Amino acid sequence: MQISRNVRHVRRNGVAYMALLPMAAIVIFAYLGTMAWSVRLSFSSSRMLPKDDFVGFDQYVELFQTSRWLTSLENFVFIAVFFLSICFVLGMLLAIFIDQNVRAEGLFRTAFLYPYAMSFVVTGLMWQWILNPDLGLQQTMRDLGFSGFVLDWVVDSDTVLYAIVLATVWHGAGLVMALILAGLRGIDMDLWKATRIDGIPAWRVYGFIILPMLRPMIITSLVLLSISIVKMYDLVVAMTNGGPGTASEVPAKFIMDNLFERANIGLATAASTVMLVTVLIIIAPVLYSQYFGKKGASA
Amino acid sequence: MTTAELIAPAARRPVTSQHLWGRVGIYAFLFAMALFFLLPLYVMLVTSLKTMDEIRLGQIFALPAQITFEPWVTAWSSACTGLDCTGLRVGFWNSVEILVPSVVLSILLGALNGYALSFWKVRGANVLFACLLLGAFMPYQVFIYPLVRFYAQIGIYGSLPGIVLTHVIFGMPVMTLLFRNYYSALPSELFKAARIDGAGFWAIFISIVLPMSVPITIVAVIMQVTAIWNDFLLGLVFAGRENLPMTVQLNNIVNTTTGERAYNVNMAATILTSLVPLAVYLASGRWFVRGIASGAVKG
Repeated sequence: MQISRNVRHVRRNGVAYMALLPMAAIVIFAYLGTMAWSVRLSFSSSRMLPKDDFVGFDQYVELFQTSRWLTSLENFVFIAVFFLSICFVLGMLLAIFIDQNVRAEGLFRTAFLYPYAMSFVVTGLMWQWILNPDLGLQQTMRDLGFSGFVLDWVVDSDTVLYAIVLATVWHGAGLVMALILAGLRGIDMDLWKATRIDGIPAWRVYGFIILPMLRPMIITSLVLLSISIVKMYDLVVAMTNGGPGTASEVPAKFIMDNLFERANIGLATAASTVMLVTVLIIIAPVLYSQYFGKKGASA
Repeated sequence: MTTAELIAPAARRPVTSQHLWGRVGIYAFLFAMALFFLLPLYVMLVTSLKTMDEIRLGQIFALPAQITFEPWVTAWSSACTGLDCTGLRVGFWNSVEILVPSVVLSILLGALNGYALSFWKVRGANVLFACLLLGAFMPYQVFIYPLVRFYAQIGIYGSLPGIVLTHVIFGMPVMTLLFRNYYSALPSELFKAARIDGAGFWAIFISIVLPMSVPITIVAVIMQVTAIWNDFLLGLVFAGRENLPMTVQLNNIVNTTTGERAYNVNMAATILTSLVPLAVYLASGRWFVRGIASGAVKG
């Protein structure tokens, strides 16, 4: 019985199986296979070419003794914390202010979101020029009479991360604004009327009533922003190339440099495995509840 | 949250702050922020129209005293990458050659996957889809090295087919998600009726599902054109010396010049590189927001 039912199932849906073959091949080879091989290589002594030996956690031990990697991890945490919080607060404020029946709303929205359409390379080069200490904003402000004005973020290793956060916030704040605004527009009119009749101050309405209602939009924007930080490579390469010194190195760049320039595949794959595990730990619960948590949720 | 709400116009909402000063404050904040987001674009534009003598004065906000289009011509047709002085147009056409097949193929596959996943019963398909989604969150660095080796084995490393395949692979999660969500909101009676009439997998796809997919295809095109045009990392690794996309060439022109940097040429080149995504963004308006949101809003 079971067998004949299987045969009938496959005969009826056979073409669908074939149609999904490209996707299956890509998932199995390009995603899972490559991931598995990367993890495997991280336990080998591979340098310029992949090797089949097994050296246990040696590469990981070496990795966490490499100051460049530790610097990039610290930078990553710094950028992530400041970028996420500033982007979020700024995007939220932009959305709330735009939602006050302002004129030329479309123009403001366009102005706030257009950076998100630009590439990270363009963003990085643009801010590199504006923050240029000799000919950029610093010089302009000094010529305007603020002779003590200092804005040399990109060339000072203590402050170069501020410059990177500035550029990423410029790039991503509009995304939060757009998503939160969409959420605000979905809120029932009656709710606003009710809070006005009850005389609740605006900041409390937003903080305690609206914010919790926007939870899906907030999660979506935080997930999107987090992905962009984990993947952040182009912006740093274009803006500072990791410098001055190693002051603005990030994990993604550390891996790329070790793969292609320093020919240290074992170390690079160990680093990428660390990133993989970190992302899995953070993303798996979110992904699970978002896509599979509530069965039959509206599409 | 449905995507329809995302493009809803401003609701006629009771204004939170009716006081004059409140209104002034709202507009002051919005104008200040618009300035922050727009000034970099303005600075890029005026810099690209100045002569180097004028740039050395260090006044980035000043309008050009004498407008020159020379930097634009240089950036397009004779800017140097190392010893190679052929200008950005090479990168532009490379990007076009990469863009067109990548966009078409990734969207076709996304539509096919979405259709098979939402209308047909294929065992294991949901597991496959979950793996694909998880892959979307992983940093590219995890996949890159094994892919390079694999491409080298089959002889497409550093070639146009290689980079196109790479974009198809990494575009697949979002494209599949996009079409799957869209199709699962379509009435299933339509599909059942067609099956009773004896239509098969491809007949239903081509004559019923595809004609209904115009809106979501527009969203997909916007997303993929922006994403692929703005890509830097994949182009750098997989496209090969002959096919380097515009973003990579731009970075090479700006960051590897020897001697005095021609900031006006650099800024003209930067603007040129961002013209395609900017045009897409300005032309697409609210569709752009829809694309961002549907990439991560639950299905």
